[in-house]
Order: sequence, then C-alpha cells, then structure tokens
Amino acid sequence: MLPPQKSTLAESTDALFHFINITSLILLIGITIAIVFFSWKYRRKSEDDITPVISHNSKLEITWSVIPLILVMIVFGWGFTSYLNLKTPPDDAYEIRVVGKSWLWEFHYNTGHVSVNELHVPVDRPVKLVMSSDDVIHSLYIPDFRVKMDVLPNRYTSIWFEATETGESIIFCTEYCGNAHSRMLANTIVHEQEDFITWLESGGSADDDMEPAELGEQLIVRNACNTCHSTDGSALVGPSFQGLWMAEREMEDGETVTADENYIRESILEPNAKVSAGFQAVMPTYAGTLNDRQIDAIIEYIKTLE
Amino acid sequence: MATNEVTPNTKKIQVRRFKPEEYPDKHYLNEETGLRAWLTTVDHKKIGLMYFGSITLFFFVGGLLAILLRTELFTPAQTFMDADTYNQVFTLHGAIMVFFFLVPAVPAVLGNFILPLQLGAKDVAFPRLNLASYYIYVLGAVITLIAILGGGIDTGWTFYTPYSTSTDGNILLMTFGVFVLGFSSILTGLNFIVTIHKMRAPGLTWNKLPLFQWSLYATSIIQILATPVLAITVLLLTMERALSIGIFDPALGGDPVLYQHFFWFYSHPAVYIMIVPGFGIISEIISTFSKKIIFGYWAIALSSLAIAFIGFFVWGHHMFTAGQSSLANMVFSFLTFLVGIPTGIKIFNWLATMYRGSIDLKTPMLYTLAFLFLFTIGGFTGIMVGALSVDIHLHDTYYVVAHFHYVMMGGMVFAFLGGIHYWWPKMFGKMYNELLAKIASVTLFIGFNLTFLPQFVMGSQGMPRRYFNYIEQFQPFHQLSTIGAYVMLAAFLTMAGYFAYSLRKGTKAKANPWGSRALEWQTESPAPLHNFHHIPVIVNAPYDYHKPMSEFQLGVAASHNGHHAEEAVNVDTIKKEQA
Repeated sequence: MLPPQKSTLAESTDALFHFINITSLILLIGITIAIVFFSWKYRRKSEDDITPVISHNSKLEITWSVIPLILVMIVFGWGFTSYLNLKTPPDDAYEIRVVGKSWLWEFHYNTGHVSVNELHVPVDRPVKLVMSSDDVIHSLYIPDFRVKMDVLPNRYTSIWFEATETGESIIFCTEYCGNAHSRMLANTIVHEQEDFITWLESGGSADDDMEPAELGEQLIVRNACNTCHSTDGSALVGPSFQGLWMAEREMEDGETVTADENYIRESILEPNAKVSAGFQAVMPTYAGTLNDRQIDAIIEYIKTLE
Repeated sequence: MATNEVTPNTKKIQVRRFKPEEYPDKHYLNEETGLRAWLTTVDHKKIGLMYFGSITLFFFVGGLLAILLRTELFTPAQTFMDADTYNQVFTLHGAIMVFFFLVPAVPAVLGNFILPLQLGAKDVAFPRLNLASYYIYVLGAVITLIAILGGGIDTGWTFYTPYSTSTDGNILLMTFGVFVLGFSSILTGLNFIVTIHKMRAPGLTWNKLPLFQWSLYATSIIQILATPVLAITVLLLTMERALSIGIFDPALGGDPVLYQHFFWFYSHPAVYIMIVPGFGIISEIISTFSKKIIFGYWAIALSSLAIAFIGFFVWGHHMFTAGQSSLANMVFSFLTFLVGIPTGIKIFNWLATMYRGSIDLKTPMLYTLAFLFLFTIGGFTGIMVGALSVDIHLHDTYYVVAHFHYVMMGGMVFAFLGGIHYWWPKMFGKMYNELLAKIASVTLFIGFNLTFLPQFVMGSQGMPRRYFNYIEQFQPFHQLSTIGAYVMLAAFLTMAGYFAYSLRKGTKAKANPWGSRALEWQTESPAPLHNFHHIPVIVNAPYDYHKPMSEFQLGVAASHNGHHAEEAVNVDTIKKEQA
C-alpha cells in the first residue's frame, strides 16, 4: 500500500502506519462481527419482546475507555519520536536551496548551479532542503522518502532525507496553488556519490556540443516552460510556441508586437512587461536561471516550430 | 419506577393518559396553508421543512459537482473540462457541501423539527428568531450563488492565503455569503440552548433528557462559540483584499500561516457541529429498533460535551506541515488522540445497547448499522493522520480526502438519512416503500465504499489531492472511485423517487409506527400544529422500554380541550395494572 522505501526515514513511518492499520483492522473486524452477530441473534421475535434492563457496566466501560487510551498514547508517542527524527537533520547534511514558484521548482546548489524541476542528490548522504516560495504557499512532497513540508513566501522551511538507493523519485506540489498545481511536478535524481560530484562540476549538463535548436528543445523541458506553453498549438496557461516566431501578436494593453528575438528574450527575463491578450500575467522570470547562450538556444528552437 | 421523591418543593399533578389519535384530519401541514402562511410561519416544524428543502437542493448541487469532478478524473489528463474549470468545481463542491449542507443539516432540519416535540414544548423559545435564522441562511445562500455565477473561485473551500487574496474571482462576495450564513448557525444554537433550559415538559429533569437533546445542546455551544471566529476571519480576509491591509499576505507584511490558524479554529469545531447531532440520532434509532434501554446513558451524554470541549483545542492537526513549531505539532497531535476516546466510548455503548435487544432491521436501523461501520473506519483513519510522522506522508493526499468523507458522509450523511427515514412518518404522516428504501441504503453503502476505499490506497501511495491531472499509476483507483460515485447517484435518485411517491401516495402512517418510547412519538403523525393537545408529563427515563407505552403518554389531566374524558385514568391505576 505504500511507495518503495527509498530513504532512511521511510522505515519508521511505514512501521507505525502498519501498526495502526493492523490494530484498527482487528478492532473493526470485532465491531463488524458484533453488528452482524447481534443483528441476527437478537432479531425481533414479536412486538411484545421484553428486553433486559442493562443500563451500564462499570467494569466494561472502564476497560473500553482505558485500553483505547493506552493504544492511542502508544501511537502518539511513536508518531512523535519518529517525527522528531524527521525534523532533525544531521549537522553535516548537504544543503540545497529550493525555490517554489507557480508552477515550477528551482534547485540551487552550493556551486551556484541551478536546475529546474530536477533535484540531483547523492546517495547515502544526508541532504537538507532549505525552501521558500516566490509567490503563494506550495508544498514539496517526495512520497518515496516520506517527507513533505509547505513552502512559504515569507520565511524558510526545511526538510531533510538520506536516499538509500540510486534512481529517480517523483516530487509533487501538495498545496493547491492555482491552475497548474497538478502539473508542478519535479524529479529527484539520486546519483552515486562520485557521479553526483561530476554532475555538479560540469554545471549539470553536457550542453556544449549540442546543436542550438536541439539544446533549446531540451531546455524547454528542463526548465518547465512546457508546463505552461505547448508546442502543438494548444493554449495552456500561456500561448503556444507553435507558430510564434515572427508572428504579429496583440498584447493585453492593445499594443501589437512582432514575436522576434528581442520579444522572446524580454518574455523570458521580464515576462510581465508584455502580456499576450487573453492570458494572465503569471509567468515567473528566468533571470538568473537561464544564461544568454541558453536563451539563444531556446529562440533557435522556437524558430523551428511552424 | 423513576418517580421523584416528594420534597416540600414538589407539586402534585393529576395526570392521565393521552393516547394519540391515528390519522388526524387536522395537523400542522393543513392548519395554516398557502404560500404566505409558509413564508411567515413561526412554526418550528414548517421552518424545519423549509430548511429540509433548501439543504436537499444544495446537497444535490454539491453532489452534481462531485459527479462532474469524478467524471473528469476518470482519465489522467483532460477528460472534458479544463484545469480552471476543474479547480472551480472542486472548490464549489467543498464550499457548498460544508457550509450549505453539512453544518446546517441535522440541527436546522431534524433539530428544528424534533427538538420541541421531544421536549414536550409547543415550539422553540424564540420562534420569530427561528424564522429569521432561516432567512439569514437563504440570504447567505443567495449572495454565495451570485458569487459563484460570477465565476473564478478556485481556492479550495479553505480559501488559503496568499493565493486567495491574489487570484481573480469573486472571493470577496463568496466569503461575505459565508459571513452572513454564520449568523443563521449562531442564532439557531442560541434558540436551542434556551429551549432546552427553559421549556422542558413537567417531569423532564436533566437526567431524563433524551440523548438527541444532549447532542443538540453540545452542538449549540460549539455553534455559538466557534462561528464568530469564522466571521472574524472572513472579515479580516475581506479587509485585506479590499483595503490592502497586511494581515495574511506577506507582500503586505502579513503571515499566511496566521490565516490557517484563524480558519481552522472555527473549521475544526465545525466538524463536530456536523457529527455530534448525528450521534444523537444514532442513540435514538438504536434504542428504538433494539427496543432496549440505552447502555451507558451518562457516558454518551457527557461524551458529547467532552468532544465539544476538547474539539476546540485540536485545530492545529490540519497544519502539521504548515511550518508551525514542533511543540505545537506535538500538543495538537496529543489532544487529537484524546478527542477520539469519547467517540470510541459511544460506539461501544451503542453496540452494547444491541446486545440482547429485540432488533428490527428497518431502514433507519440499516443506516445506523452502516454508520457504526463507516464512522469507525473514519475514526481509525483519523488516528492515522493524527500520528505526526505518518501524517507528514499522508497530509494533502487522497488519504485525507477519504478520511473526511468517511466521517462526513459515511458518518454524518448516513446518520442524517437514518434520521430522515426514522422521523419521516412524524413529519409527513406517510410511510415510504420499505423495500425500495432498504435497497437504496444497501446500494448507497456499496457505492460509498467503492468510491472512497480506493482513495485510501492511492493516498498512501502518494496521490495528492486537488489534482486535475495525475500520473498514470493512479488511474485504476480513480476509475473505481468514479464508478462508485455513479452507484451513489443511483441510490440517491431512488431515494428521491420513493420519497416523492410517499408524499403523494404513501400509506398513511400511524402515530408511532416504530413503537418508540420517545415523546415525539406520543403525539399524532403528522404532528398537530401546536405539537400536543395537552401538556405532556414525563415520569420515566427516555429509554425505559421495560415500562409500558401508556406511561409515556401521560399529560396534565386538566390540560386537554375536553375530549376523551372517558379515558381519564389515574397514574396509580396504571401502576397497579403493571405490577
């Protein structure tokens, strides 16, 4: 019933989950048997049936008050101690800064590198995520690791985990944040420790020997542009990239612009300077996330979308 | 025999038996007729029926929204509506169900109708205020309806900031509608408390108060204390949006988590407003249909008060991942577990009532038994999300959605339906088709579990809530859930069908078709305009099924309008017959 256990924290969460499930199931079965059995055994024989006057039974009532109390106190204590562990990162945890913004996740590493919608971490090493939001409340949830925390606009919150195997785990946004809340997904990529260092040092990508248009296509995906902009003509949160290049577009304020290199560059760095008619000013800026070469590549890619 | 000892302060009343007439010609439905009579009525029974019509309408609207929502979720991507529409649909489903159906339903419909009858009173303490409560409810509903038609409300029924203060849409108008609606709840609570204190029939001491009354009393306390906090919250939200004052919006210097504290301070006690009267209904039905004295009367009565009290201190369990301190999380988790104990006690007491009873599985009893099963599941899964470490994983997933539907729908709605089927003959003087009713109840039970059990599983596997799109691995669960929703729809349509038929052509009901000892059954069906033709006198405890029916039909001998004088019998004579 639970996702695979991919962090050191998962086991204790799961153990309590199973304990509560099993105890509840036993009690539920008992109650159900009582309901069914009593309904059958004590079914009404006639309208003149006389029933015994059993108004209370102190021993029984105390028993079924005290035993549940003990059980819930066990569950409380167990949940609380596991929780303290979830809340307390080891001192040497590797810190990654997370920024949530409608509708993507940015991960900032201590080398200055930024990855969008991809959280790269080393295996078998505690990682601490220090998080904040640029706009509304989001929440970062990694089911495989059993961690979740709201991401707030006015302060930092944090979670920590230690991944136990390489591979990928999905990240969901779990605080409703508007139109594309259910598309605000990201991917955790757990590397072997050496591979992680390699990845980090290479700036996170082997972009240099790719054709600009091909690189642009990858960047569109890696930076979550495709969450809001389609390439097949359909209007999502933002206008489609298909047919955008050099098209005449009307803006919200009535002005008509031609979608040339400057327009596209401005849209990436200062998205709300010009808002296409019929759409809302909700795009976050990529200033600081995409460099000029990457913007060039995106423009080249958009040119290919007739 | 539970007679009071004769002390210098007691009065001796001459009582006699008043057997209720069968198939009365005149009753509350035909003594005053016409639209104007209804719209200006101060009769608690007609007010209860007007509420009944309104909340039924809202239930169907909210239910339709649920069908739309579940149909969209049949496939992982867009099925037939876009993201914006979907987000508005789930918001409205929640807001309508919570504010316009769940909170008012049992108190305003069954409470209004039955409370005075069961106390032996002619009406509530403030009948005109009661009518005002109804009109305030209607006003709140109309304002909200206008807001909905204006569109754009997609914040979820919880209106969390800063999203709710930054998005387009008629949030201001909608929250104003909720603000107005709150007063309906407060005034009804006030009315009930005063009525229970001041208008009980002679002999109805607190230790003989029926458990439905105890539950309404506890609920009314919550209504009066908690609802003003909602009003304040909504007011602050409005001020922020309209006047740009920073309270919750960080861009203006406010704190978004503060909003959550305000909101849940009301909304958690609100869920006890919804369920505690339901508990009262279960006590009534289980005793009647087991023909047996309720087990643990004081435990059940006082546990409702305990739940009301502790329920004010657990709101933070909605916020374990919101960024509040670990200390706060610990305290809220601890208190949350405490509030579960009085509820568990009730379940055991109800089962013990059935033990060696004389059980008749009529439809109200079927709903009650279903309640015991479904609410227990809801309660246990509440324990699950009350546990801190596990809730970190389960919060904001479908596990929570399933949990609250099990307590709200499997609990409250099933209790409400049980109450409707139980008191239908008293309200309308008609019976409904028992076989169809049984079939509908079983269909509903099956459909309900089919809809919500898969949601526990996919929630545990990480499926977030309020998601328009979802990843492929969750599709089978969503599809099962959607099918379940349609099964429930079939059950509700069947119910609407046989109830409509009952109103027009149903068999006439006897005064007391279920053989209950409760006071509301000792008058005609449908009830007379002023509830009783005499002043009822209470001599026994409410669930003393070992005493003969005649002892529950006593009234002040001189109080009748002179009919049936030949039936005047002395209490002492009755006692001798029984000995």
